[in-house]
Amino acid sequence: MSSAPILKIDQIDVFYGDFHALWDVSLTISKGDIVSIIGANGAGKSTLMYTIAGQHVPANGTIEFMGDRIDGMGPHLSVGKGIALVPEGRRVFPRLTVYDNLIIGAYTPRARANIDENIKKIHDLFPILAERGNQRSITLSGGEQQMLAIGRALMSEPELLLCDEISLGLAPVVIKSIYKQLEVISQEGLTIVLVEQDVKRSLRFADYAYVMLEGKIALQGKAVELGEDQVKKAYFGM
Amino acid sequence: MEALMQPVINGILLGGLYAVIALGLTTMFGIVKLVNLAHGDLMILSSYLSLALVTYLGINPFVSLIFVVPIMFVVGFALQKYLLNRVLGKEMEPPLLVAFGVSIILQNLLLLVFTPDAKGIMTVISVKTIQLGNIHLPVLYLADFVIGCLVIFFLRLFYNKSFLGRAIRAASDDVGAARLMGIDTSNIFAIAMGIAMITAAIAGVLVGMTFTFYPHTGPQYLIISFGVIIIGGLGSMRGAFVGGIILAEAQLLGAHFTGPGYQLLIGYAVLLIILAIRPQGLFGQAH
Repeated sequence: MSSAPILKIDQIDVFYGDFHALWDVSLTISKGDIVSIIGANGAGKSTLMYTIAGQHVPANGTIEFMGDRIDGMGPHLSVGKGIALVPEGRRVFPRLTVYDNLIIGAYTPRARANIDENIKKIHDLFPILAERGNQRSITLSGGEQQMLAIGRALMSEPELLLCDEISLGLAPVVIKSIYKQLEVISQEGLTIVLVEQDVKRSLRFADYAYVMLEGKIALQGKAVELGEDQVKKAYFGM
Repeated sequence: MEALMQPVINGILLGGLYAVIALGLTTMFGIVKLVNLAHGDLMILSSYLSLALVTYLGINPFVSLIFVVPIMFVVGFALQKYLLNRVLGKEMEPPLLVAFGVSIILQNLLLLVFTPDAKGIMTVISVKTIQLGNIHLPVLYLADFVIGCLVIFFLRLFYNKSFLGRAIRAASDDVGAARLMGIDTSNIFAIAMGIAMITAAIAGVLVGMTFTFYPHTGPQYLIISFGVIIIGGLGSMRGAFVGGIILAEAQLLGAHFTGPGYQLLIGYAVLLIILAIRPQGLFGQAH
């Protein structure tokens, strides 16, 4: 952890009806860090991401973002605070063009002022999106859609970027290229939280990592200090 | 052949009116997946509002749109925000039943306030025609068509080019993802319904000027709207325009060849044929 905390989650519990999805989860993320959340399917990673993004309301505990309470705020308000989520499965707007998808990313008042400038930045980052600007996003390949989903999230000028399983279903060469661009974004000071199932890639890319098991934080530490075997044991609950 | 020209041209002009009648229903289905069974009644409410303004203020029906359009926007916004949004996303039936309830309430309210007598909004252009050779162009039908085209043109422009229009289309594609973009979908759906009611208001005033209407006329226009959007394709504005013209042509040509008694039957027979050949409608997307 390098600087002041941008996100502080304190002992949250989240339920889906009667199902207890997150148990007493606490974590702190520093500004500018890349944090990896590792865990198997059903470990609660995506629930945690959606809870940070305001989609789920914790039954207990608090979430503070840049000093303000945001738990249960609703995703349409948390994005205005500076939290953007790249959802699992990309979820680009299929009938809208690539350009319109990017425009919609800048829906919040804080982002609208710099639309042209931000679109240019996204085009520099992912030039294919400029070429495909007038195409409906449903016509893009999986990798291009993922670039669009990341670009769309960046259009909101976030302070914190949450990426949920961005490598899922993509070719290794595309994943490599997307991660390369994430590194570029990170170097500009953006805080990134990454949900991944690929332990190796997660540890290589992140500054800090949390391993989740059955809705709880099973292990945490600096990525360079966590051994792959140690992480795998926590991952499988061994 | 010359005798055919008159019903063909009348059909095209009437089709423009049918398109604008169906526009609110098709856009709400396309955006919110809501079948607004009160659409026809809300349109007739606009006809009555215009009639009241014309009668009591002595203004031109077209001028009455200045009042009717914002009133209907507010009615649509409130209806969606405080009533229909509460039952959306659960099952298909609750919104249908709520809209059906609104339809019954509106019909009875109109009956109470305006009596069951037939009404019509008279204007100076009601009986005027333009003579082109042997063809008589009813000026009112021409106005219906031109206004219908303008409404579709500006609505398409709004949905494709404005920030709000794009946000409405995004919410229509994926509500959850739209919320992640900062879009308050509850408000967006209410605005979409408000816009649908603007088109219903314009359609209502045009219908009021073109035909007689009663408190119970709404469902008749709801059925026309269904016909138009089934032919054109659910949720498609271009489809509403083409569907409107096809339905009107089928009705008027049907009346021309078989007599006025078969006008409606022929219209819906054509609808059934199109449904059999292309179930998703001419411009609809197959699922």
